[in-house]
Amino acid sequence: MNGYDISHLLAGAMLVTSFALLYQDRIAAVLNAFAMQSITLALAVAWAAWSDDRPDLYITALIALALKGIVIPLALHRTVERLGIHHSVEKVVGVGVALMVGLALTGLAQALVVKVASGTASHAREQLALALAIVLLGFLMMIVRRNAVTQVVGFMSMENGLILAATGARGMPLVVEVSVAFSVLIALFVFAVFVFRIRERFDTVDIEALDRMRGDSR
Amino acid sequence: MTGHDMTGSLLVQFLAQGVQMTLVLLISPLAVGVVRRVKAVLMRRQGAPLLQAYRDLVKLVRKEAIVAESASWLFRTAPYLIFALTWVAAALVPSFASGLMFNWAADVVALVALLGAARALLALAGMDVGTSFGGIGSSREMMIATLAEPAMMLIVLTLAIAAGTTRLAGVADFFIAQPFAVRVSMALSLIALLIVALAENARIPVDNPITHLELTMVHEAMVLEYSGRHLALIESASHLKLVLYFSLLVCLFAPFGMAPAAAGLAGWLVGLLAWIAKIMLCAALLGVWEVSIAKMRVFRLPDFLGIAFVFGFIAILLAFLSRGVLA
Repeated sequence: MNGYDISHLLAGAMLVTSFALLYQDRIAAVLNAFAMQSITLALAVAWAAWSDDRPDLYITALIALALKGIVIPLALHRTVERLGIHHSVEKVVGVGVALMVGLALTGLAQALVVKVASGTASHAREQLALALAIVLLGFLMMIVRRNAVTQVVGFMSMENGLILAATGARGMPLVVEVSVAFSVLIALFVFAVFVFRIRERFDTVDIEALDRMRGDSR
Repeated sequence: MTGHDMTGSLLVQFLAQGVQMTLVLLISPLAVGVVRRVKAVLMRRQGAPLLQAYRDLVKLVRKEAIVAESASWLFRTAPYLIFALTWVAAALVPSFASGLMFNWAADVVALVALLGAARALLALAGMDVGTSFGGIGSSREMMIATLAEPAMMLIVLTLAIAAGTTRLAGVADFFIAQPFAVRVSMALSLIALLIVALAENARIPVDNPITHLELTMVHEAMVLEYSGRHLALIESASHLKLVLYFSLLVCLFAPFGMAPAAAGLAGWLVGLLAWIAKIMLCAALLGVWEVSIAKMRVFRLPDFLGIAFVFGFIAILLAFLSRGVLA
C-alpha cells in the first residue's frame, strides 16, 4: 500500500461518482453524488499535498471541501426545494445510452492521454487520463440532462475534473486556483438567477422550453 | 506434499479434491440458512431454524415428484443435469487450498460456460410445460443473463491482465504473493462482480428469492412446475451456486489464509477454517444487504446490470493504462 495507490484510488473514485451522476435520475441523488465527488476531490488533493509535501494544496482541498462539498450542494438543494422539482430529472437519452457514451468518452480520454503524454511518468499520466475523463463526463452530463439544475451540476463536476488535473500537474499558482474557485461560485449565483428567471418566464426549468421559445420546436 | 512419493501425493490430492467437492455440497444449505437467519433476526421475526434448508431438501427428496402431462423428457432430465453442472462448477473454485488436483480446470471462462449451460437448461425446462409463468421466468432469466455475462467476462479479463492467467488458483496464488494493495481496477471489478453475483443468484434487488408474486419472480417462476426430488435438486443447485459465488469472491479478492500449492495438512486445516469463516461472513453480509434494500422493477434491471458492465469496462481500461499496454 503506497501513496501512489491511494491517489489512484481517489481519482478512480471520482470517476465512479461521475458515472453515478449520469446514472442517478432524481435531483436530490444527483446533488448528493456531486457532493460526494467534491469531497473525494478534496481528499485526493489533500493526499497529494501530504505525499508530495506541497502545503499550498491544502488550501485547494479546503476550498473544494467547503465550497463544492458543502455550500454549493446545500444551495442547490434549497433551490430545488424552492422550485419544487425534486422528483425526476428530464433526460435527452436513456440511462443506458448515456452510460455507454460515457464509457466511450472514458476510453477516448485514456487513448488521448497515452498518445499525448507518452513521455511522462505513469502516475501523472493516469491522473491526467482520469481527470480528462471526468471533464468529458461533465460535458456529457450537461448535454444529456435537460434540467437547468443538473446542468449546473454538470458544469461543477467538469470543474472538479480540472482541479484534479491541476493537482497532478506541478505548479498551478494558488492565485489561479483561488480565482477559479470563486469564479465557479459566482457562476453558481448567475446560474441560480437564470434558473429562477427561466422558471418565472416559462413555468418550468426544462430547457426545451427555451427551444420552443426560439422557434425551433420539434 | 514434498513430491517424493508420487502415488501417495496423487492419492492425497485426489482425496483433497473429493473433500472440497463434498464440502461445498454439505455447506451450501447452511450458508443459505445463515442468510435467512440473519434476515429473520434483523426483521425481528421468529424465522426458521438454521438447519431448515437441510430439512427442506430431505423432505423434498422423500416426496413424490409430480410431472405435468405435457412435460417432455427434457423436463425430467434437466434437474439432474443442472445439479451436476452446478456442482462441478462449485467444486472447481479453489476453496481452502490452491494446489488441488483439478485446479488446472478451474478456469474462470470454464466456470462461466458451465453456469451458462446450467442456466440454458433451466430456461428450457421452464418453458417445457407450456405454462405462462415458466415462459415469463425464462425470458427474464435470459435477459438478466445476457446483461450479466458480458460484465462477468470483463471482470475475468481484468483479473487476467493483472495476474497473467484466467486459472482461479493461479490468480489466488498471485494475489497471496503480492503485498496488500488497493488497486482501483480491482475495487471496480469487485463491485462489478458483486452486482453480477446478486443477479446470478436471484437475490434482492434483482429477484426476491422468498416471494411467489407473479409480477416480480424470475427464478421461482421457472421452477414453479417442479416438485419432489426434482425440486430438491434444483434448490440444491441454487444453494451450490450461492456458495460458488461466495467462494469466487473470497478466492479472488480475499484469498488470505488459503493454503498454497505446497502446504501440508496443517496448512489445509487453516485454509479450511478460514474458508468456512469467510463463507459464513459473506452469507451474513448478504443477509444484511437484503434487508436494507428493496427489490428493483424489472425494467430498471438493465440499468443496474449496466453499472456492472460500466465498472468492468473502466476497470479494464485502468488496468491497461497502469500497465502501459496501450502506449
